[in-house]
Amino acid sequence: MEEKQAVPILEMKNITKQFPGVLANENVDLELFHGEVLALLGENGAGKSTLMNILSGLVRPDSGDIILNGKKVDISSPKDAMHLGIGMVHQNFKLVSTMTVAENVILGLDNEKFILDMKEVRKKISGISDHYNLKVDPDSYIWQMSVGEQQRVEILKLIYRGAEILILDEPTAVLTPQESNELNGIVKKMTAEGKSAIFITHKMDEVMEFSDWVRVLQKGKLVSVTRTGDTNPKELANLMVGRDILFRVEKKKSNPGKVILELDKVFALNTKGVDALKKVTFSIRAGEILGIAGVAGNGQRELTEVITGLHKITSGKLVVEGKEMTNKAPLDLIRAGVSHIPSDRVAMGVVGDMSVASNLAMKEYRRAPLTKYGILHPKRIFNMAKGMIELFMIATPSPLTNVKFLSGGNIQKTILAREIGACRGLLIAAYPARGLDVGATESVRKDIIAERDNGKAVLLVSEDLDELISVSDKIAVMSEGKVMGIVDAETADIESLGLMMAGVSLEQSGEKEV
Amino acid sequence: MRIIFEKRNTISKKAILLVPVFSFIVSLFLIGILLLIFKTNPFLTYASMYVGAFGTWMNFTETLVKAIPLMLTGIGVGLAFRLRFWNIGAEGQLVFGGVIATWVALFWSPFIPAWMVLPLAIIAGMIAGALWAGIPAVLKVSLNVDETLVSLMLNYVAIMIAQGLYYGPWRDPDGFGFPGTKLFPQIAWLPRFSGRAHYGLLFAVLIALIMWVILNRTKWGFELKMIGRNPRAASVMGVRIGSNIIIALLVSGAISGMAGVFEVTAISHRLQQGLSMGYGYTAIIVAWMAQLNPIASLFVAILMAGLLVGGDQVQMMMGLPAAMGLVLQGMILFPMLAGSLFTDFKLKVISNKEEAGV
Repeated sequence: MEEKQAVPILEMKNITKQFPGVLANENVDLELFHGEVLALLGENGAGKSTLMNILSGLVRPDSGDIILNGKKVDISSPKDAMHLGIGMVHQNFKLVSTMTVAENVILGLDNEKFILDMKEVRKKISGISDHYNLKVDPDSYIWQMSVGEQQRVEILKLIYRGAEILILDEPTAVLTPQESNELNGIVKKMTAEGKSAIFITHKMDEVMEFSDWVRVLQKGKLVSVTRTGDTNPKELANLMVGRDILFRVEKKKSNPGKVILELDKVFALNTKGVDALKKVTFSIRAGEILGIAGVAGNGQRELTEVITGLHKITSGKLVVEGKEMTNKAPLDLIRAGVSHIPSDRVAMGVVGDMSVASNLAMKEYRRAPLTKYGILHPKRIFNMAKGMIELFMIATPSPLTNVKFLSGGNIQKTILAREIGACRGLLIAAYPARGLDVGATESVRKDIIAERDNGKAVLLVSEDLDELISVSDKIAVMSEGKVMGIVDAETADIESLGLMMAGVSLEQSGEKEV
Repeated sequence: MRIIFEKRNTISKKAILLVPVFSFIVSLFLIGILLLIFKTNPFLTYASMYVGAFGTWMNFTETLVKAIPLMLTGIGVGLAFRLRFWNIGAEGQLVFGGVIATWVALFWSPFIPAWMVLPLAIIAGMIAGALWAGIPAVLKVSLNVDETLVSLMLNYVAIMIAQGLYYGPWRDPDGFGFPGTKLFPQIAWLPRFSGRAHYGLLFAVLIALIMWVILNRTKWGFELKMIGRNPRAASVMGVRIGSNIIIALLVSGAISGMAGVFEVTAISHRLQQGLSMGYGYTAIIVAWMAQLNPIASLFVAILMAGLLVGGDQVQMMMGLPAAMGLVLQGMILFPMLAGSLFTDFKLKVISNKEEAGV
């Protein structure tokens, strides 16, 4: 252990950054050692992303120093960071969706020749792919890829550019347990080769598994520095929020009413023209939460989108509260009482360049009292927003701040507040707690269960099996567009769910169907 | 010491106001250099431009004559730009509106009550402009055809149709070969209030106010804002993207079409060569300088019109080449586009001291 006390390769000293209304970082210190993984822990808005954005050149600190390999450096752009061997995988990926993997990888590189040798690039990408077991097709377009695949492209991009220090902003939030394990393997391999990583995560078991050191931030301040081996998840969680956390959500027994949502042998194509949903049949009753488990890219996105009218059903029937709604427009489904927390909250859930108040009104603006005879009442919108901001504890300098300036967790709370407010029968929640900290996750889950207790039917799509088991009443497992089986959440165990996720049907796995 | 750009944390309200003003000053400076190359005194030139455009009431009415179509087309394209629909076809929409208004004025007026001629000409011209803008909108929505090319090409189509008509079937038989139609009957003349300045100004101001209310205070305006800033989220929220784009473009084209109606009914009183002097293109500059705000478009239009009138003036007085006016216009857009950077970014000066970490 003595050699670990050696000089850190990276030091951040006394970093302070003030945003309008928020002190994002206050005299924060950070040290990263050669070949090690540092976990950065903290609630939404604790300043982790800001700190990492400073390191990757997106944001300039108001004061403080960055020392790399013993030399003070100035990082004023992501390009500077890249030249210094620092690369970051952001929560919201920075990929050009209309370009291929290979094109994205070389985008912005200045040592490429004028005439691109794409063959060489592809070869190099394949080389990295094989070496680190990062499965990606260099010729795939980004828009065709699942979130998990896009993340692999981001990591590959950094390795291609020769990053020595990798910053991963909540990387496992979008991954399945298997993919997380793969990522763990990739990171281990890289650290074994002398690279270092900073890892932002909320999952305690991953902190324990992935990292060598943990630093905990709370409201912009550093509150703890420990070796991972010297701490435990419970202690970290307490440090992070400053109070004890319930890891299990408490909920009453469900009291299902009439059938709200029915899917009957639904088929749908994906963007590549291949069947993404195959004969999907299930129903959800009022006061019931159906969880959808599965590895990302197995039809979950298409499933939520056909129910919300955003994706075409090629055959089969969709019935909401007794009315057939197959291939109706999104507005018709909204009118039928369907609320939707979309999987990609920034791209689909909010309009970043509009205010928090406007975003909170984006479902209800059609109706009185917010609109009368087509005329909006900004004052009423503002007041409604103020109430919702308080109720859902959205941290924003003002209701008139543009949503894009909020942290990921607060953006999600904004969406949740709006969708729950507008929900009248069915709530579709896709990965609602993805990337949220422990405190916010807990409140999101509680809100969803409260909706169930209010008599709403809820469809919860998640990759977190613990979440599915603790929040849902029933769990349907999807694999390659098919429902492999529906089981009672109380009696479900992770192994048999895992088997179904891998494509083994319920009968084969031996669990009893409900 | 060095200077870097840093992204702002919020959009600066001050910058939104200051950027157009400073850009304008910068462009005056740049044009000044150009004038020096032509061995002309820039201060003298600007002074005579100012006098030419705003110096006397008569001169100012001429500026208004040019400002009215710029106001309308500026508001029209501004609406489309808010949806990120690049309608650069205001010129064609204006011309086609003028053509259809001419049709009403020349061929319908004998058969309808006198009081109906003007309103009907205005409505018909607006429908014509709407259709002309509707073509690229429908093509874009249904087949994803690029709107820039279609709207641009349709400008030439409209201009050619107008030419074909006043050189051909609609040519004034008593016009001694002059390319233009017969003079409209007086009942089809839009009244002027001073000099050639006409009551189209009232329409322009009214439309600016209505557009402002629509954009900022109505359900529809809210939906347009969502579509312009995040169409994907808008569709998730149940907003119909396609039909809204088409409706907005019909409105956009109708407003530009109205500008064409006024040009023929209030200014030339006939359809003739030179119906539009590139108003539809200058409208793009007006819209951007006004930051797509319809009310600001009114004032920017007056400024740009002043530049056109003043430019004509210096051509005559200073003996500068005729193309100078157009060069001036173009020179104004560049600093404007560059300056828009400052609404999202700010300059930060890093001193050597700071860099050394003292």
